[in-house]
Amino acid sequence: MVVENISFNRRQFLGGLFSTGAFVVASRLVPAELLAQSSAAAILNTKADTAALHPSVYLGIEPDGTVFLVTHRSEMGTGIRTTLPLVAADELDADWSRCRIEQGVGDPRYGDQNTDGSRSIRDFYDAFRVAGASARSMLVTAAAAQLNVPAGELTTANHEVVHARSGRRVGYGALVPAAAKLAVPAKETLRFKPRTDWKFVGRETQIFDLTPIVNGTAQFGLDVQREGMVFASIEHPPVVGGTVRSLDNKAALAVKGVLQTETLEAPKPPLLFQSLGGVAVIGRNTWAVLQGRRQLKVEWNDGPNASYSSAAFRTAMLEKVRQPAKVARNLGNVDAEFAKGGTVIEAVYYTPMAAHASMEPPAAVAEFRDGKAEVWCPTQNPQAAQETVAAALGIDKSNVICHVTLLGGGFGRKSKPDYAAEAAVLARKLGRPVKVVWTREDDIRHDFYHTNAAVYHKATVDAKGRPTAWLKRSVFPPIASTFGVPAPMNFELNMGLDDSPFDVPNIRAENAGADAHVRIGWFRAVTNNFHAFALHSFADELAHAATRDPLEFLLDLLGPGKVIDLKAQGVDYTNYGAPIDKYPVDSRRLRRVLEVAGERSNWGKRKSGNGSGIGVAAHRSFNSYVASVVEVEVDRQGRVRIPRIDMVADPGVVINPDRVRAQFEGAAVMGVSLAMFGEITATKGRIDQRNFDGFRVARMNDAPIQVNVHFAESGDLPTGVGEPGVPPVIAALANAIYAATGRRVREMPFAKQKLV
Amino acid sequence: MRLTVNGKPQNYEDDPDMPLLWYLRDELRLTGTRFGCGAGLCGACTVHVNGQAVRSCQTRMGTLEAKTVLTIDALAEGGRLHPVQQAWITHNVPQCGYCQSGQIMQAAALLRTTPNPSDADIDRAMAGNICRCGTYQRIRAAIKTAAKGRA
Repeated sequence: MVVENISFNRRQFLGGLFSTGAFVVASRLVPAELLAQSSAAAILNTKADTAALHPSVYLGIEPDGTVFLVTHRSEMGTGIRTTLPLVAADELDADWSRCRIEQGVGDPRYGDQNTDGSRSIRDFYDAFRVAGASARSMLVTAAAAQLNVPAGELTTANHEVVHARSGRRVGYGALVPAAAKLAVPAKETLRFKPRTDWKFVGRETQIFDLTPIVNGTAQFGLDVQREGMVFASIEHPPVVGGTVRSLDNKAALAVKGVLQTETLEAPKPPLLFQSLGGVAVIGRNTWAVLQGRRQLKVEWNDGPNASYSSAAFRTAMLEKVRQPAKVARNLGNVDAEFAKGGTVIEAVYYTPMAAHASMEPPAAVAEFRDGKAEVWCPTQNPQAAQETVAAALGIDKSNVICHVTLLGGGFGRKSKPDYAAEAAVLARKLGRPVKVVWTREDDIRHDFYHTNAAVYHKATVDAKGRPTAWLKRSVFPPIASTFGVPAPMNFELNMGLDDSPFDVPNIRAENAGADAHVRIGWFRAVTNNFHAFALHSFADELAHAATRDPLEFLLDLLGPGKVIDLKAQGVDYTNYGAPIDKYPVDSRRLRRVLEVAGERSNWGKRKSGNGSGIGVAAHRSFNSYVASVVEVEVDRQGRVRIPRIDMVADPGVVINPDRVRAQFEGAAVMGVSLAMFGEITATKGRIDQRNFDGFRVARMNDAPIQVNVHFAESGDLPTGVGEPGVPPVIAALANAIYAATGRRVREMPFAKQKLV
Repeated sequence: MRLTVNGKPQNYEDDPDMPLLWYLRDELRLTGTRFGCGAGLCGACTVHVNGQAVRSCQTRMGTLEAKTVLTIDALAEGGRLHPVQQAWITHNVPQCGYCQSGQIMQAAALLRTTPNPSDADIDRAMAGNICRCGTYQRIRAAIKTAAKGRA
């Protein structure tokens, strides 16, 4: 399985035409076998590796009882660095205060490390349970021998093995030397704790990094210091694909503290995660290099993207989305139904590009010595960082160590390690440690953008206003373009375009690609954001056209609820990389979150009109089901205030409830942010926005005042929580604005639309 | 020129135009103060100068003669967390945590001048501090808890 992962990454980096789902799908490689084999690429040992008892790459125990738990997924605010270890600690029956958390370096022996797609828990819950249960089993076996009793008479609690009949107890630490001599039990022989015995899972546990964050000692990528380190800031070409035509660095070199400049090579297609190239200014501190950059005189060859205007592109996309395109899903016969005449409702939606704008801009520190590179960076994907650095240096991946710091936000941007490659290339050129610092302007002007999109919906409805045929179509420059593939990959369509669970007899979904002129990447919730905005806005439009209550109408649209066989309707469904039998598309669960949302929000008792209104939407993404009810007030100037949002989530088993709540609170804010303000535009190939003045994000006074998060927990397998909160919020907000004002907003950002 | 940073006297003879942010981070290696925008737009770099919350990315070193600077790194006194820090823990405010140094310094300055802030006071004081993870609701609750604790 590990081999699969490596080849997967290789293909990604070679830009090959990988077939299904690609990186978001990612190899589901729970390295279930978990055994402490050291792979060839295992360059660094963790304390778990060197601990006396070491049944898993994720876990080790020393004779003093200290438990080392390795998190191989990146911490960008979800709490995963705490939550995965908690799962193992629970199965181990460990004393949490005696557990230490270590961050794994990039290393395929951990399995997939690309922390995106809201799948850390989904894909590694079992692996960490196995790690904990394996260790507990070995400790119990050792205790049985030591106490001379059958293992079946022993229980475990709080870091001890207990023999209740004789009242004897043995601490885990004391059992480690004997347990370490035992074979690691086969996974099939392990017994997991019943839910009633769970001690950490389902309870609140504070994140490991809480105190370091509030006292300022938490180490993010930008905080890494190495002896003899110099600083670098890079002037990238303003247009993607641009190259340096001429450089005059005299004035830059005259700045005090500036040491030199270096020209970085432009990338060869496909872009992948390569540096955009440009001119690096190197100096003794950040201020010096930022000053030096201002003095650089660079002339650029802009290349083929220099004519890109996002405004003209918008017009073209709005036309294109009305033209027939490639069919991604077909049920019944939409055309025959449309041909019957009757009431037709149609609408076109548009969303502009957006930037991730994580609060910590991209940054990396690198050293290069004896043909080997070592990088420290805030990355969501340390194995991709190894690959990208290796490719940039022309060395083997096994000669690159990638240390993962805390991430000051990620949202998908930090899955793309171009900045790590820049630091490594400069470190080799200079023969000393280099810290690459991206400014906010660099971040906003040179992102892998959330793509712009046009979405078209058309339906015919029966006498009750229920659609009998539904056509949906989207057009957007795809993420695939960054990997040299012109058309969207299936997973980009499987996010809200061709996987809608509404119970309609005739459905067709279509998509047409559009050329990319900037780097396109995945942003929190990915293409769900615009697909769900259009889909659930249109559903609301249908409800209002029928003068029916929107919530009641949605439940009717879902029908009684069932597992939906998308494959039978021609959908090449990647299901977020999860097996469809274990994680089906189940409209009963979507009904349930809607019903709970109705109750918890007092839907039926709240009236809209006179500038205040509530809206609802429910969406399945990342194998989770989420409903949002948004309340807005729109004043006479068209200013929007959001007093309350109710979020109802069914993400299966909830491991760390407070952190899951936090993800949905944050998703509500990010949904509002994107919908109200999110807009990146380009003129002559250059991004028009530079900082938080041009690219607005929600501040405290823009954000929803109260976000209530409720769980409609199904007890199913745990699924995503990082992303699935964002899409339904956007549509519910648009629907609330309609309820409040009678104005239908079909284009983001809403703050720029005429709302009164 | 002389200034005091976190209780320690410092002598500074370098570029008077260097922002305090980079002096703190690169020269003193006090990295608790975060870089977010470099333009006074996000508040991640907020510190106290003579007790006032300022954006260290917009504060030139040349203006700090004889001034007293306090950063997140020394907000806890004698190992005891400041009431604002304590309230941040009570409410589990941080997600990624990156902006929280600035949020906490801004909130601490607010409570110094406005011990019992209203929602409008909090909005006014905190609107300059961006949190991309969206922890605003908990920030508001934590400020109220800290205010109660101090009253």
